[in-house]
Amino acid sequence: MLRQAQHLRDEAAAAYAIEAHDLVKDFPGKRAVDGVSLSVPEGSIYGILGPNGAGKTTTLRMLLGIIEPSSGHRRLLGHDQPLHAAEQVGYLPEERGLYPAMTSREAIAFMGALRGLPLAEGRRRASALLADRGLGDWEKRPIRSLSKGMAQTVQLLGTLVHRPRLVVLDEPFSGLDAINQEKLEELIRAEAAAGTTVIFSTHVIAHAERLCERIAIIAAGSVAFEGAVDQARDQLRPIVQLRTRSPDGPWRAALPPDARRQGDSWKFELPPGGPEPLLRALIDGDAGIETLSIERPGLHDAFVAIAGEAAAAALRTGEAQ
Amino acid sequence: MRLGALLRSAFVIGRRDFTATVFSKAFLFFLLGPLFPLLIVLLFGGIGANVAREAERPTVAVIATAADFARLEQAHSALERGLRGVPLVRLRRFDPDRDLAEQARGLLASSSPPVTAVLSGLPAQPRLTGAVRSGDQIHAQVELLLTQARAAPGSPVAVETMARASGSTASARALTAHGGQALLFLLTLLLAGMLLSQLIEEKSNKVIEVLAAAVPVEAIFLGKLFAMLAMSLLGITVWATAALTGLTLLASPGAMEALPPPALGWPAFAILAVIYFAAAYLLIGAAFLGIGAQASTVREVQTLSMPVTMAQVVIFALATAAAADMDSPAGLAAAAFPLSSPYAMIARAAQDGAWWPHLLALLWQALWIAVILRFAAGLFRRSVLKSGPQRRRWWRRAVEAS
Repeated sequence: MLRQAQHLRDEAAAAYAIEAHDLVKDFPGKRAVDGVSLSVPEGSIYGILGPNGAGKTTTLRMLLGIIEPSSGHRRLLGHDQPLHAAEQVGYLPEERGLYPAMTSREAIAFMGALRGLPLAEGRRRASALLADRGLGDWEKRPIRSLSKGMAQTVQLLGTLVHRPRLVVLDEPFSGLDAINQEKLEELIRAEAAAGTTVIFSTHVIAHAERLCERIAIIAAGSVAFEGAVDQARDQLRPIVQLRTRSPDGPWRAALPPDARRQGDSWKFELPPGGPEPLLRALIDGDAGIETLSIERPGLHDAFVAIAGEAAAAALRTGEAQ
Repeated sequence: MRLGALLRSAFVIGRRDFTATVFSKAFLFFLLGPLFPLLIVLLFGGIGANVAREAERPTVAVIATAADFARLEQAHSALERGLRGVPLVRLRRFDPDRDLAEQARGLLASSSPPVTAVLSGLPAQPRLTGAVRSGDQIHAQVELLLTQARAAPGSPVAVETMARASGSTASARALTAHGGQALLFLLTLLLAGMLLSQLIEEKSNKVIEVLAAAVPVEAIFLGKLFAMLAMSLLGITVWATAALTGLTLLASPGAMEALPPPALGWPAFAILAVIYFAAAYLLIGAAFLGIGAQASTVREVQTLSMPVTMAQVVIFALATAAAADMDSPAGLAAAAFPLSSPYAMIARAAQDGAWWPHLLALLWQALWIAVILRFAAGLFRRSVLKSGPQRRRWWRRAVEAS
């Protein structure tokens, strides 16, 4: 009976690669993370969004067991002690770290060895991984001779060499050019397609929008939203963009009070009554509709609505950097 | 995490550190390193030996009647007053036996007191037998004493040199003790410094985070500590092989045999030296790693490690001073204090033939290694990955102020 109950608990836990409840991290003089709760389904791509300093890295470090939370619980691949699952996890930290004198192949094999992969097998896989990415000629070159992008690729391969069940990437796109960003997106999709759970933090919403099934929006150390990307976008009503021949007239009464003029168009949230009453009012009011589009809001709009304009501004500053 | 997994992880870290160090150019410099300490050992060992010689003036056993000895003692006192500051030989009188040659051999072999030479044949045919050479300081002093003691000129002192005397062996053993201590100290200091720089390098190139995400911080600590120990043991093997080869090829036949062995014999002394080195290194290295984890820049490390290095020098000085009299309260304190114990005990291995103090000391040191490793590992874990705002510690303020 007890064994059955344990089995059911394990099955439930296995459905989530990561579960965190009310994680808090206090540093002297500052609470860096304030009650973060999230659940990352096994096999999904999960994004943690937030401006710089929001607490994303501290959250990831707590999830991985690099630092201990001040309070709260977390489970990683069914283990209360994250390091017990270390052999099934790959981690790319925000501040990349490699031994400059090590060769690319040795660096990848060493990172695999840290996660329990025998060194000889690690070297074999490292050669294959480097060759796959056109870096075969560089496998015996020391890290210090590689470009920043190449070194970053080597570290990413080191994160994946032991074929982990869960990959945690902290700001993986930062420092990469557009081509390498696209390659990384492809790699993340390929890993997820192979059944690996991928969780990454970013302050660039576009990456999360293209890749993630679920996201957590963190602002000032707290989770402002956690759920599917669609759910986040559904927090806002569809956006209407309207262009009319008539600049003014009785039709204006059909627009909501917060409608904004953008050039010769109007932009506003679709009123709660839906499109039909709006269309009727516009036609009856002689608006002379030239174009009218109703679109689902993007993740950026959802982020602004959820995290607030201040967080969005901080995010934009981060993106610009 | 289970012990097996912890040790496996420590092995992965240690293997990386060991190969990275051994296959680097820096290791060549490390291997050449002893050339410099050797010079220092020779210099300080020589000074130490001189100091020891001054402190333990050679004892000359005088086989003579009470009347002859009284004249010699009067001359000794007069000379001591006249040559203030110059250490004169010590004189001990023994009544003449029937077989003077046999008596002289017996006195030279006895270690209570350790006798460097025996003066016999007084007053007419003085003869000096033992670890003396014609014209050396002991011979010259005895000649001077006899001239002073005699009313009229007499025959010169005949010298019979013997390879070993208990007094000269004690002096040579004291030199071995000083040399062993100095070598142990310099090597430990060098390695602790290297360990610290390696840790700082890892903190600055951010590798530490990759390591800490994969293995327990305790495994990083142990891996680093033991990798450096393995590297130094490899170095010691190379040096010992080179030294033995050099001695075999260059030293004259019989020179090795003439070298007075330490009290426990050369093989046991060499084994104990390696063990005491490992103990000294683990004690100091663990402390240095724990301290190094607090710092994040080379400047901070320098600020932090300076008082520790100075404390180490004081500990070494205590152990060196205690080596002169191992059973005095200071000697026993140096052997009991964990950080000075390896240095004090290697000196004992050179000068005292008993095994049990070493067994006791090794158990005691093992206990302290466990305590310090545990404490330092905890310190390392708490500090090495600290992120976010921190209180500005006193050394940070000091570094910033400078």
